[in-house]
Amino acid sequence: MAKSHVSTTVNGDPVEFLCDAPETMLDVLRNTLGLTGTKEGCGTGDCGACSIIVDGRLVCGCLMLAVEATGKSITTIEGIGAPDRLHPVQQAFLEDAALQCGFCTPGFIVAAKALLDRNPDPSETEIRYWLAGNLCRCTGYDKIVRAVQHAAAEMKGQPA
Amino acid sequence: MYNFTYHRAGSVDAAASRLAESGDAKLLAGGMTLLPTMKQRLAQPSELIDLNEIDGLKGITVSGGTVTIGAMTRHADVAASAEVKQAIPALARLAGLIGDPAVRNRGTIGGSIANNDPSADYPAAVVGLGATVVTNKREIAGDDFFTGMFETALDEGEIVTAVRFPVPQKAAYFKFPNPASRYAVVGVMVAKTASGVRVAVTGAGPCVFRQSDMESALSGNFSADALSGISQDADGLNEDIHASAEYRASLVVVGAKRAVAEIA
Repeated sequence: MAKSHVSTTVNGDPVEFLCDAPETMLDVLRNTLGLTGTKEGCGTGDCGACSIIVDGRLVCGCLMLAVEATGKSITTIEGIGAPDRLHPVQQAFLEDAALQCGFCTPGFIVAAKALLDRNPDPSETEIRYWLAGNLCRCTGYDKIVRAVQHAAAEMKGQPA
Repeated sequence: MYNFTYHRAGSVDAAASRLAESGDAKLLAGGMTLLPTMKQRLAQPSELIDLNEIDGLKGITVSGGTVTIGAMTRHADVAASAEVKQAIPALARLAGLIGDPAVRNRGTIGGSIANNDPSADYPAAVVGLGATVVTNKREIAGDDFFTGMFETALDEGEIVTAVRFPVPQKAAYFKFPNPASRYAVVGVMVAKTASGVRVAVTGAGPCVFRQSDMESALSGNFSADALSGISQDADGLNEDIHASAEYRASLVVVGAKRAVAEIA
């Protein structure tokens, strides 16, 4: 079957790729574009490990067909910060030890960034409500929530 | 996923004719149920007809006491809409309780009601608020739309284009969510409307239903006390690892009382 040609934007860069209809955005990010920071957990939209931002909206990369990316703007964990200039959410996760195995961490950071982009001052309830689609099996969430609160304070220029 | 072909529809008419030509095609709305189902190989459509680029199916308008929501409008947009919050706050609240942010950013009202999952929230809104479902062929009363578990009144090739909600005098939605999936173990929409009181229950049975005993009781006395003598029959209700039929029956009564107490 003929592959589809897709032109899109990933982390600010124009990107073109070929894909089969059943390939998800997650498949293409990891296997075609080599962006392996986005993880596959459940593959059915339950765990949030594949969280990406599409046109400003948090979505599961595993439940979006790659052909649907045409003309969209996609942000992955690789576009949020770099080793030498971490995003405040990434820095806060490190400082608060908001991770253990780390598998869910890219998804949490992408989701937290999407939250702080639209709500720079979320309450603890709002943070927990927003992160409901991201599962962590190690940490028990408290440190994650605290890290997001610290990142929010940091981004507003207040001492964390 | 089994292999399939992908077709991006430019209009509802184009999608409908493509659907008629291809026997095993499915419509792709938000994909929040269809894509996981396909990944689990529980569905094998030959083609997906994508409705996402049809602009006419998106958006919310409020006029003349009616809130009209395009079929491809995302749950997040209904939840955040200042107009919906003002006209029917219970509807905005219901939309904000569906799934998690990623689901609300993709899932659509048309996809939800066409799928008619027994635990979905929107069926309670459509029936409880006495909405009308608009398709590419006709208008279907909300009371007639949901016909059974995952079954609707939609004909082959019929496409939901919008849902029209009359603005009620008052309405409230109670939801007892499954803590993992956020589907409704039980959801109850109670509305006081110009044409009477409506109580619609989702999650409890195989399909959304109206609780007529409660409607009669509330018609005479719109207060939580009016429901104190009423019980919900557990016979025929859903039973699974999350809740027994008896527990769901109990939640229907508790939920209806809480919803009424919120607005009485």
